[in-house]
Amino acid sequence: MTDTQEKRFTAYDIDGKEPIVKYRKISKSFGDNEVLKEIDFDLYPGERVAIIGPSGSGKTTMARLLMTLETPTAGTIEVDGRHLWHKEVNGKLVPADEKHLHEVRGDIGMVFQHFNLFPHMTIMRNLTEAPVKVLGLPKKEAEERAKEMLEKVGMSEKAKDYPASLSGGQQQRVAIARALVMRPKVMLFDEPTSALDPETVGEVLNVIKDIAKQGDMSMMLITHEMSFAREVADRVCFFDEGKIQEQGPPSEIFTNPETERLREFLKGFNVNGNGESQ
Amino acid sequence: MVWKWDFTFNEVIPRLLEVIEVTINATLGAFAFAVMVGLVLALLRRSDRKWISWPTYGFIEFIRLTPPLVQLFFIFFVFPHLFGLTLSPMVAGILGLGIHYSTYLSEVYRAGIESVPKGQWEAATALNFSPLQKWKSVILPQAIRPILPVMGNYLIVLFKETPLLSAIGLMELVGMAKGIGAETFRYTEPFTIVGILFLILSYSASLLVKRMELKLDLNRR
Repeated sequence: MTDTQEKRFTAYDIDGKEPIVKYRKISKSFGDNEVLKEIDFDLYPGERVAIIGPSGSGKTTMARLLMTLETPTAGTIEVDGRHLWHKEVNGKLVPADEKHLHEVRGDIGMVFQHFNLFPHMTIMRNLTEAPVKVLGLPKKEAEERAKEMLEKVGMSEKAKDYPASLSGGQQQRVAIARALVMRPKVMLFDEPTSALDPETVGEVLNVIKDIAKQGDMSMMLITHEMSFAREVADRVCFFDEGKIQEQGPPSEIFTNPETERLREFLKGFNVNGNGESQ
Repeated sequence: MVWKWDFTFNEVIPRLLEVIEVTINATLGAFAFAVMVGLVLALLRRSDRKWISWPTYGFIEFIRLTPPLVQLFFIFFVFPHLFGLTLSPMVAGILGLGIHYSTYLSEVYRAGIESVPKGQWEAATALNFSPLQKWKSVILPQAIRPILPVMGNYLIVLFKETPLLSAIGLMELVGMAKGIGAETFRYTEPFTIVGILFLILSYSASLLVKRMELKLDLNRR
């Protein structure tokens, strides 16, 4: 690791493991606005990393680049040993085409701030459409998978309903299940509770905690919920001004922030030593 | 000028009803053509490749801004010389009106496609749908729903334009009314009845569109 050399940077046991995702010198600009500046970032198989930071710090762009929703301005990303944004032709890296993106992207799943369920499909079809069309599963098997996931997120009873009849929290739980039925190796959560009514935030966070406990999936959690980050993450990355300013196990990050920026940032959340909001 | 009822019932109405099917077939044929080609135009127009999107844009504007009658004459009278392609009035009519209305419908499709929120595209990408699957499963079903009433209205407008086809010799309602007038020197009854027939059909179609609009509205959340 380049950022924190000697210090342990994650509570996760990474001994002998190769990162499943590697960002190398990734930069992203929107016009004159450079939102990410030569980011190096590794995510290990099974590791759960929370990404925190003020809005506009580039956190969301980190996830969107991996989901191929934005194109990097410079740098490379590798997923499970394969380049994402490039492919090798005669030992040279050339920009990837849609076919290549399609192959690599299958390892990644994403949950959005605004859920983005398909409003014209029932909950069941929201979950089975991609497994059938993209993975080529028989309909029956896809439905089995979907039922299992709906149960996991506590939404079995709504299988026949349409998204519009669900509350925000319920929609987000379905959206999580929809991403999970694809069995990605890496899950991205882009501020999954920011658009929710306060009373439904808890149910969604609990679902994510459950998944984090059970699975061996890698997770990237972009969040403003500090106590949640503290509880779930093996590592917390603090982003500001397009750079990783500080990262470490949550116990370190929340109790002994090294940088002034992080101290200032955490003050805004009234986070105490246990990472709990007061 | 006295209205003649026996002439109306024994001559005008039977002969007009005989060709009403021609008008309806031309309408439905041209509309089906416009619905399909309109979608293709809308998609080509959205292409990232300028050598596809620009000529498409040029074609749409050219067709939209020239009179359909001129286009019909061109297809019917010029195609035989240009391509050695002689078309029946019905086929030429379906082609001409179909192309003309496909340019209108392509704009309607465009509005529908643009009304689909960006998040839907992103969710489809995140689930790794191929570009074709994205359109079929996610985008088009959502894009077409809100534009159905508008498309219904275009169907009615197209229906009212079919008398143009009498100019290339298609025996539809107006062509027949003209024919009856020329034979009998009585124009009042044929054209009055033609007007009434158009009114009846347009009005019932518009009621259907209204109903569809209402139904879609109820399902809107």
